[in-house]
Amino acid sequence: MAKVLMKGNEAIAVASLKGGCEAFFGYPITPQNEIPEYLSWAMKEAGKIFVQAESEVASINMVYGAAGAGIRAMTSSSSPGIALMQEGISYLAGAELPCVIVNVMRGGPGLGGIQPSQSDYFQITRGGGNGDYRVIAFAPETLQETMMIVAEAFEIADYYRNPVMIAVDGLIGQMMESVDPDFEVPRREFPPKDWATTGEPGKHRVINSLYLDPKDLERHNLKLEEKYKKARENEQRHELISTDDAEILIVAYGTMARICRSAIETLREDGVKAGIIRPVSIWPFPEKAFAALPATVKGILCCELSAGQMIDDVKIAVAGRLPVKFFGRSGGMIPEPEEIVAAAKKFLAEVGNE
Amino acid sequence: MNKIVYRKSAMLTDAPLTYCPGCAHGIIHKLTAEALEEFGPRPTIGVASVGCSVFAYNFFNCDMQQAAHGRACAVATGIKRARPEALVFTYQGDGDLASIGIAETIHAANRGENITVIFINNAIYGMTGGQMAPTTLIGQKTTTSPFGRNEAEHGMPIRIAEIFAQIPKAAYVARVSVHNPQAVRKAKAALKRAFTYQIEKRGFSIVEFLSSCPVNWGMTPREALKWIEENMTAYYPLGVYKDAGEVDE
Repeated sequence: MAKVLMKGNEAIAVASLKGGCEAFFGYPITPQNEIPEYLSWAMKEAGKIFVQAESEVASINMVYGAAGAGIRAMTSSSSPGIALMQEGISYLAGAELPCVIVNVMRGGPGLGGIQPSQSDYFQITRGGGNGDYRVIAFAPETLQETMMIVAEAFEIADYYRNPVMIAVDGLIGQMMESVDPDFEVPRREFPPKDWATTGEPGKHRVINSLYLDPKDLERHNLKLEEKYKKARENEQRHELISTDDAEILIVAYGTMARICRSAIETLREDGVKAGIIRPVSIWPFPEKAFAALPATVKGILCCELSAGQMIDDVKIAVAGRLPVKFFGRSGGMIPEPEEIVAAAKKFLAEVGNE
Repeated sequence: MNKIVYRKSAMLTDAPLTYCPGCAHGIIHKLTAEALEEFGPRPTIGVASVGCSVFAYNFFNCDMQQAAHGRACAVATGIKRARPEALVFTYQGDGDLASIGIAETIHAANRGENITVIFINNAIYGMTGGQMAPTTLIGQKTTTSPFGRNEAEHGMPIRIAEIFAQIPKAAYVARVSVHNPQAVRKAKAALKRAFTYQIEKRGFSIVEFLSSCPVNWGMTPREALKWIEENMTAYYPLGVYKDAGEVDE
């Protein structure tokens, strides 16, 4: 199929149908409203389920109910709405229910703003809900990549029986870009959902996250941990951009990675060998990308649309082998590539002097 | 010849109930199970909530989901949309439904979700040890209203059946009790009506049960039933508050 021009949020909606989404539950919040708007008619046309819930709290619990009943369910929201969903996400993870959550991030804390931001990194990767659980999370950079990951997310969620989150910022949600919607969705093997409460007479299956006996709860936690270990091993995704000879490595994802692509071109024109490690999965964080860094690298600059959140994971991955510095803009401010160029040069000068 | 005069409903499992002696949950579980059985076998999915009845998923012999505190009606919405052929019910206490979950419950009713809500009003938080509920009566002492609930500080007890009767898409709203055999019979009839309306896709149905909590009320089981009759029914009158009527209407 030929490429078509699509708006980010609409591309997400189209991709969710392609991924086999059977039910969408959501509540309006800027800058992701085109997702429920599109699905409000597209799901109906496809004979599937669309419900505008009374809140994000209700949305995520409707997802819980539908996922527990064995169908592919999804919700979308933006940062403060995702905060409201954290309780439900914890329950979904605890009850081992698959679902897809799209987070079109905006600035915070609190009501914050409606401009693009990546300040939900902690909320997504550390989880705002209670307990030992993880959400598998991806942070794509282009609309094509976003579409492909959203569609695949349903497979990954079913495979792990765990929530999968796709985190983009408001810029990716709102911008238009050409995409090819006719892509293959990688399918996974997983057992039939015989755990689902379909209501079949004579069955007594229970969807639950309560284990009052501490021995049982610890056993359950260890079982979940095994699953997360498997995800850590198998789901790390990243892209390396001009890293082979790099003296400075930028770590950036999503919209920030797009800006950094321009910045490293300028840096290389100016004689600075710069490259990018672009995390595509943010949980699990692509630690493997940091295992064997080129010997030429003198420092790592972590760039985010936040006050510095992913830098914690970068430091863990680098494990003190190299200096790690931060550059970021927050509150919905988007840097010019020149700001990153200047930050990289300043950093290199400091490293050179050490 | 031996004749079977009574047997436990097949819609109840053999799991021992975790409720305190004298608590009315047991009777209400039995009535619910018997009513479900009369409409069965058919696809059935229940939603347990948070509170004393959290373990309802162990007791009802059908597929069950356990919902976060207050979210049972949102969970039930997701279930019913996914499995419209199934009879879907929630089982919620007064803290779960009338306090933390009132938004989810009202909006499920307002959308006319084809689900049945079984609401247990015992005027107290039982599971957490007897704190004030939104349904606690004026003057009633609890561990967080040790001087008795008073209107100026705590507001008036919330009347759920009356509120839900105002919602256009609520097809059936009733308040029943189980404090004596006559009340038990009426309660079962109300449950059956609620399930019938759901099966007929008439919309949302809710049956509010006045229930006892002898342990946290500091009474014997017999005193507790008397307290329902004398104090609770005065403020929470029994009856059918909304009945969408026959299909032909």
